[in-house]
Amino acid sequence: MTSDPSGLGRGGAAALVLPALVLIGVFLVFPALWTIYLGLTDYRLTGLAAADPQVVGPANYLDALGDERFLGSTWLSVQYVLGSAVIGQACLGFAIAWLVRDRRGPLRRVVEGVVLLSWILPGSVVAYLWIALLDRDGGTLNALLNTPGAAWLLDHPMLSLVVFNTWRGTAFSMMLYAAALESVPPSHLETARLAGASAFQQLRDVVLPRIRGHVLTNLLLISLWTFNDFTPFLITAGGPEGASETLPVYVYIVALRDGELGVGAAVSFLILAVNLVFALVYLRLLRARGRDADVPAPARAATRTAA
Amino acid sequence: MISLHGLTKEFPGGVRAIDALDLEIADGEFFALLGPSGCGKTTLLRTIAGLETPTRGRVAIGGVDVTATPPGRRDVAMVFQDYALFPHMDVTDNIAYPLRIRKVPRAERRARAAETAARLSLAELLARRPGQLSGGQQQRVALARAIACHPRAFLFDEPLSNLDARLRLEARTFLKRLQRDLAVTTVFVTHDQGEALALADRVAVMSGGRIMQVGTPAEVFQRPASTFVASFIGSTPMNLLPGEVRGGGLRVAGARLPLPQEAAGLPEGAGVVYGVRPEYVDLSPAPRPGAFAGRVAVLENLGTAHLVTLEVPAEDGEPPAGSEPGGATVQAVVPEGGEPALGEAVWAAPRHERALVYHDDVLLTRAPDRAAR
Amino acid sequence: MSGGRAHAGHMVRRIGVFAFFSVVLAFFSLPMLWLATAPFDANPSITVSVPEFTLANFRAILDNPYALGSLGNSVLQAGGAALVVVTLAATAAYALSRVRVPGRDALLYVLLLLSSIVTGTAAMVPIFELATRLNLIDTHLGVILTVSGGLLPAAIFILKDFMDATPTSYEESARVFGAGPVQILLHVAVPLVRPGLATIAVWAVANVWGGFLLQFILIRDPQRAPGSVVLYTLYTEGGQPDLSLLSAFSLLYSLPVVLMYLFVSTRYGFRFHGGIKR
Repeated sequence: MTSDPSGLGRGGAAALVLPALVLIGVFLVFPALWTIYLGLTDYRLTGLAAADPQVVGPANYLDALGDERFLGSTWLSVQYVLGSAVIGQACLGFAIAWLVRDRRGPLRRVVEGVVLLSWILPGSVVAYLWIALLDRDGGTLNALLNTPGAAWLLDHPMLSLVVFNTWRGTAFSMMLYAAALESVPPSHLETARLAGASAFQQLRDVVLPRIRGHVLTNLLLISLWTFNDFTPFLITAGGPEGASETLPVYVYIVALRDGELGVGAAVSFLILAVNLVFALVYLRLLRARGRDADVPAPARAATRTAA
Repeated sequence: MISLHGLTKEFPGGVRAIDALDLEIADGEFFALLGPSGCGKTTLLRTIAGLETPTRGRVAIGGVDVTATPPGRRDVAMVFQDYALFPHMDVTDNIAYPLRIRKVPRAERRARAAETAARLSLAELLARRPGQLSGGQQQRVALARAIACHPRAFLFDEPLSNLDARLRLEARTFLKRLQRDLAVTTVFVTHDQGEALALADRVAVMSGGRIMQVGTPAEVFQRPASTFVASFIGSTPMNLLPGEVRGGGLRVAGARLPLPQEAAGLPEGAGVVYGVRPEYVDLSPAPRPGAFAGRVAVLENLGTAHLVTLEVPAEDGEPPAGSEPGGATVQAVVPEGGEPALGEAVWAAPRHERALVYHDDVLLTRAPDRAAR
Repeated sequence: MSGGRAHAGHMVRRIGVFAFFSVVLAFFSLPMLWLATAPFDANPSITVSVPEFTLANFRAILDNPYALGSLGNSVLQAGGAALVVVTLAATAAYALSRVRVPGRDALLYVLLLLSSIVTGTAAMVPIFELATRLNLIDTHLGVILTVSGGLLPAAIFILKDFMDATPTSYEESARVFGAGPVQILLHVAVPLVRPGLATIAVWAVANVWGGFLLQFILIRDPQRAPGSVVLYTLYTEGGQPDLSLLSAFSLLYSLPVVLMYLFVSTRYGFRFHGGIKR
């Protein structure tokens, strides 16, 4: 009804918003724009080009796009996203959410608790837990499977990472789908059951149409996060021989370890562009559905993005 | 005293919530702003409080122009529709909050809060949070918070609307007594005409950002200045029937009615609206002059009385067989036991001294003199 | 007998479901078992085994030159970021919720969009450059400001949701009683959205505590490195890692976030990563 219930006025409001905007501007907006500029230079961490970087035009971008190592990394990132996020986390998360939906009591709490725990532990802790689990000589997995000497991280680095990230991130999908399933009115399922629908038919005809928004949201967000995930660096550091060098690891190694900032920035910008596509699709989805519909509010879901 | 001069409030987008409004509210008066939703009554109250800045015009409180004064310096207290009790403070802190803003020392403001609370029978609830109180208790805490700072005027926004029906009557009586005891100028907003009539010394009936009529409850009830006021006031809606001047009398819904003296100047054929409250309509089973011939269409039990809805003809004076095109309805309130049967033909005679005649939406008839009442 | 067959089908389904749960439980708990046993094992190995119980491993933390200090660094960085994010997001969200500014919603959406695409991964090069030029390398402030910049848009968005959900009559009431904007903010608006502020604080702390990449880039001096970075160096830098230290420190470093989640979920019932209200 009123436009200013607390009597702040435009000036007061500006004074309250400004500090946040300045911080966001300096540490979020500016780096994003600067990435583009740096990508156009031959800037290096050390040496001659560090003192006096030259604009080299789109050379870095073109080099990157033609570079086999970059293309290889991109392909590994695609594997990582499809394998661990889209197939691993989303499917496992949905399966768990679906099977615990009517349960109350200890089994549900234990299952959810364990899945959640794997999500909230600090990244550098879980990285070592998996290094230990998969260790060639003393790893628990080899002891269990009776396969001593199987070097999982060396022989199957991407598969190991995909399994790892499924373990790590299923909690988000599980919780999002659990919330989505709660939004399906029981009367709809009961109507379907009275009509004689099997569990699969209920899922297909009643549940999925109602939670389509949640499914899309979930897929977009977990893909975005997985695409940007830096944890593989902690486990395999891109090795062996770049066999698990996903794009984030590639950028780190090229730009900050090897010091080719310009090239790194160009690749960063390409990652940024991919992120932008994900985010735009997500926001479009939100806009189209409005606030009350079944797409979860962006902020809730986005709270993990900066992690 | 609160005076408003040429007050206009336009919201962005051109909606005019208040339209060049003038009003004087006397010291100690209990004043109601009454109207349907969207009529501008709440905006008017908020403008008096200072929560809205008028586009044009002036607001004066106690003879001082406060148009540009921020709300906190106007020395008024407002009770909001949802009471706006701070959920994180207990009753004492809520009541003492205005005193805290005025930098009254803690001990004194707690004492004053306790004193005010005792007066409103809240003494036992001082340590509770608003969430632990009933609706009626919350309302009294909100009143106590307004009272505790001894303002020059109280502003109440729909003070009773958040209570359930039974509690509302109790709270209404309580509020009226409280205002009389405190004798502080009080302006309140309501959409409930019964509430306005019961509580207020004077009522302003509003519509479309303008005041349609200001008067005592008896005045707005007995002599609504326009057909809008006539239809808005009264627990059962007033009968308002189109008619015309014909042969020195009035012709309304097939009935021949006497022309009031004040309407004598109207030319033959002039259109009028004839109004009479259902309470002032008598039914008889036999034809009689000056009565509407009708057929009972609906019977509604009001407890101690019945509301009878009659279908009356547009033209001739015979009770209609069923609903006919152009036919109208007349409602009458008949006391317990006197109600006719459904479908029965009856004659409804308005009490002529109570009848209101409007021409061009202006009331022509004078107030009934005391002898007639 | 169709009844018997239905019954049998029901049994098969039940067994299937329990088998699924068993596999899920095994899969998710297996990697964490080591964290439960090794810290208490007198001779911790990389394999999970029943420990010869001891608390001596935790002594190793005291003996390491960086371990204990890194916890302090983590507390400083996480607390600092939580303070900055909560304060700036609360004031900004309050103003944006209560004063109609043209283009407000568009601004919020653009900021949210940016915060989800400008990740540490995509922006590590310019962030490193920026911090170098602002002399923020090897400072807690550098970590705090960088992290806060990334968290603020979503924090503002969430808090604005909380603020929007509280009726304006509270503030108007305070205003009629004479409270000024600062008093209204402190007496009324902030207490009303306390659960929201707690959410943001917990979320910011969890983010910094678990975060690795930005701290890894911005801090080279082990004296100032947070726990997550020091932990990483424990198992990557030279030779056989000291498993006593590594296991005990891993557990100790994990505890605060786990406890925080337990606290938040019992107190407020949040189910998402610190992010959902109600």
